[in-house]
Amino acid sequence: MGEQEQTFRWIGKRPLRPDGVDKVTGRARFGADYFLPGMLSGKILRSPHAHARIVSIDTSAAKALPGVKAVITGADWPDIPSEEAAAGETPINLRALSHNLMARDKVLYDGHAVAAVAATSASIAEQALALIKVEYEILPHVIDVRAAIKPDAPLLHDDLYTEGMEPQPQQPSNIAKRVEFSLGDLDAGFAAADVIIEREFTTQPVHQGYIEPHAAIATVSEDGQAEVWCSSQGHFTMRTYLCKLLRLEQSKVRVIPAEIGGGFGGKTLVYLEPIAFLLARQSGRPVKLTMSREEVFRATGPAPGSYSRIKIGANRDGKITAASAEVYLQAGAFPGAPVGPACMAAFAPYDLANVSAVGYDVVVNRPKVAAYRAPGAPLSEYPVESVIDDLAKQLGIDPLQFRLQNAAHEGTQAAYGPRFKVIGYAETLQAALQHPHYTAPLADSSNGSAPGIVRGRGVASGFWFNIGGDSTAAININEDGTIALTTGSPDIGGSRAGHAMMVAEEFGIDVAQVRPLIGDTSSIGYTFLTGGSRVTFATGMAAIEASRKAIQELCKRAALIWEIDPEAVSWKDGKAFPAGPNAGDFEPLTIGDIAAKAGKTGGPIAGYATLNAQEPDRVSALISAIWKSIPKPGA
Amino acid sequence: MRYEVPASVAAAVDLLATPDARVLAGGTDLLVQLRAGRIKPATLVDIKKIPELKQIHLEPDLIRIGAAVSGAELGEHATISKEWPGVVEAFELIGSTQVQGRASLGGNLCNASPAADSVPALIAAAAVCLIAGPGGQRSVPVEEIITGPGRTSLQAGEFVLEIQLPRQLPNSGDAYLRLIPRTEMDIAVVGAGVNLTLDDNGVCTAARVALGAVAPRPLLVAEAAAALCGTRLDDTALEQAAAAARNACQPIDDKRGTVDYRINVAGVLVKRAARIALQRAQQRTPRGH
Amino acid sequence: MAKYHVSTTINGEPVEFLCEPQQTLLDVLRDDLQLTGSKEGCSSGDCGACSVMLDGRLVCSCLVLGVEAAERSVETIEGMAQGEQLHPLQRKFLEHAALQCGICTPGFLIAAKALLEKNPDPTETEVRYWLAGNLCRCTGYDKIVRAVLDAAAEIRA
Repeated sequence: MGEQEQTFRWIGKRPLRPDGVDKVTGRARFGADYFLPGMLSGKILRSPHAHARIVSIDTSAAKALPGVKAVITGADWPDIPSEEAAAGETPINLRALSHNLMARDKVLYDGHAVAAVAATSASIAEQALALIKVEYEILPHVIDVRAAIKPDAPLLHDDLYTEGMEPQPQQPSNIAKRVEFSLGDLDAGFAAADVIIEREFTTQPVHQGYIEPHAAIATVSEDGQAEVWCSSQGHFTMRTYLCKLLRLEQSKVRVIPAEIGGGFGGKTLVYLEPIAFLLARQSGRPVKLTMSREEVFRATGPAPGSYSRIKIGANRDGKITAASAEVYLQAGAFPGAPVGPACMAAFAPYDLANVSAVGYDVVVNRPKVAAYRAPGAPLSEYPVESVIDDLAKQLGIDPLQFRLQNAAHEGTQAAYGPRFKVIGYAETLQAALQHPHYTAPLADSSNGSAPGIVRGRGVASGFWFNIGGDSTAAININEDGTIALTTGSPDIGGSRAGHAMMVAEEFGIDVAQVRPLIGDTSSIGYTFLTGGSRVTFATGMAAIEASRKAIQELCKRAALIWEIDPEAVSWKDGKAFPAGPNAGDFEPLTIGDIAAKAGKTGGPIAGYATLNAQEPDRVSALISAIWKSIPKPGA
Repeated sequence: MRYEVPASVAAAVDLLATPDARVLAGGTDLLVQLRAGRIKPATLVDIKKIPELKQIHLEPDLIRIGAAVSGAELGEHATISKEWPGVVEAFELIGSTQVQGRASLGGNLCNASPAADSVPALIAAAAVCLIAGPGGQRSVPVEEIITGPGRTSLQAGEFVLEIQLPRQLPNSGDAYLRLIPRTEMDIAVVGAGVNLTLDDNGVCTAARVALGAVAPRPLLVAEAAAALCGTRLDDTALEQAAAAARNACQPIDDKRGTVDYRINVAGVLVKRAARIALQRAQQRTPRGH
Repeated sequence: MAKYHVSTTINGEPVEFLCEPQQTLLDVLRDDLQLTGSKEGCSSGDCGACSVMLDGRLVCSCLVLGVEAAERSVETIEGMAQGEQLHPLQRKFLEHAALQCGICTPGFLIAAKALLEKNPDPTETEVRYWLAGNLCRCTGYDKIVRAVLDAAAEIRA
């Protein structure tokens, strides 16, 4: 990419989205909208207790009810070892995940799955649930992090020893992990401060609230080949979960992505699919499981609630001399709250010599938390930014100016490890300071301009990462010259439209000629889940590479048709041209012209790209390209 | 579970006399409870095919509203909207447009929520219920129906046939206000209904004040009404009415509001609703849209 | 459980079905008639994703029993486009990008159509209040409101 300004045919435009018509007509098929012949209705029995030992489960009466075709409990699950797997921003322990899907010896939250049935109708399945007898020994429970870390708190797991402590504690506790990101000398920094503000904050768990409840369908053949329809942000990660949790071979499990009715991070975990799979295998029939809204709230992961203590000191000139944060996050019933990202993000917008962020991942008797829009970050950034505002006020400095004076910039050493390259933060603050909206008078009862209305103006900074990850894209040139784009990324916000536009841009054709679709796990290469702001970037990169490979092949085929050297063919506006006068005098060939002759020039034409978008060369090339394309204030 | 659609009041009474029978009108509360497994009726008696339950009759002294008339139908009725804007506004605050298409006055009353929006307005309007049951029909003032959360004074087999409002007198006006932290689709933190009559000199001769969501059941607050009577609703009278209203509150602390907050807001809403009712009485203004 | 035989009209067509008494109209539409354009988001009348017209009234089909549809007229999202011709609201939702994940979209369209049939020239405030019973988590509502106002203007013209 050169220094000259690029002009685009599609990028920056607003073509109608390719998934749009199906969505406005009700034709789009979401997780619960699939029906298979002979399909059974599944239901899950959930714990009415926040913490209890399961003394016994008697499913005999449920199994005997006519119409009931399968009943499973925790005993039907393989015992799998403790092993970490990637799941968005926070890795997940597969053994814990298995126990979260269905309780074994203990239930750890109200709503924890205990058993499941599949029956010929929903009402028979409901009746069967009522016939399952579970004997519980109720245990004391704890739902607040401050209560959970007390020495006498009820223990959720008697084998949980805090990670990240030196030496590791000898006693089990509810603290799963401690993380710390520190620089410099806090004591010296606070000693140098003229003003120190210290505050405590608590926040409640917040559910992602996607409108579509979870839904899954599984069908398993007698030879072990299975198909699973899911509404998930990652059908490949769903396959990983299924295969690891149920000890299956990946080649036998085809996971098909349904249209997804909102996720916001919450559909990166797994709740129903392995249960549907076990019920389908036991019954020999397809099984559909759908959650009610109540089940969504009782049993799926919200963003964690938190407790934090923030202390920041600054001198009279407005320079922050020291900052510390202690953040306790509710993990829910199993470890895995995003304490790492919370602590990494906490002070990342600031250039600080003396800083410490310490986080604790605390298990409590609540549903296991899931990702939600920058997992963990709001829980440290909200309190930090509140204290930053308080400090600015106390020092009599404009809050944006105060942030600017302490802003991280190129070369800043972040407490969590990296030395920042170009981040554009100070430039953003300056642009905000100069913006007329920052100084425009407010319509307000205090100045009489809007009686009864009080308006304010607030600023806050935030920090988040972008994960790259693995992506695959395939371009297949149809016989008529139109294009099939297949990626492995579930579309939670319009990525099909974006990727189709990128492909149309590369080929130089009408975006309507590109039909994007999301391939199932057996028809496209591995693609990590949709999350971490990665899909437009990483899968888009794969779509572009696949397009370029297909264009290269199209040029090669044009060369064969023209009987000239492939290097003598160039590509522009959807057509192959002779590269120059020396290449020969030929009428340009459209994609359709070339595709029509594909059988005689080597067979069907395609482009396929697999990549990891975090490879350093790719990342630095991209960052420099983006940086060059951003208008600079005052430039 | 059985589903029955009686065509007459007598048939409905017979069905409701069977064990665990429940009335289905708009269903906006009942179906949610059914789905959640909170109720397990043996028979659902759908009263919407009984003609008089879906009708509105205007008589010289009385407006008779069938218990199954929906909020949407009530809101479209010009005379009721003109004479009892507070009652109509209160009912229209319930739920969404979709819920208004189904929810009924009788259902809102018999669901017996302490926070039911239409009930304080009906109490302020001195509405009366006509009840049918195995022992025949009887009339009961609305304030005597709800006895506690989810509980009513209806006897086994009884159901509400109609809600009767008096024809609004000249120089009279009603109003209902509720507080919720958003603008729509929520349950009242506090609700207040006020109904006033003035004499020709603008002095209040009769008043009724009712509160919702501040006690186990909606309250008729006679002391607050008494504070308004004989006054022109000057600030002193309004403050006294507010104080009386606050004094009557026995609210709970919950996620919607604390005890202190609810008590304070009850007084504020009574004052504001009284001002609106006063203005309507002075202007005899029909409800504006 | 004994089933009830119900004769009704859906999108202008006579339809018969058997249903259990506790099944909602939404259950019947989706699971028995496979009219899956109406969505279940909450089953408590809060989200509006299951909105349908019942005898010309906007209702949540999760708050109507299937048996109650007997001898009545039901209109769902599947009946909104006429052949290949999208309803102006459907077109405007596309043009304004008034949807993302799309799960709430059928409910919004049914509710918006009900509004425009009653009030062809609503104000923005009227649109927002009328649609208060339809929840969307993706769009932030602005584009939906603009699409409805634009469709209203087109229909009036």
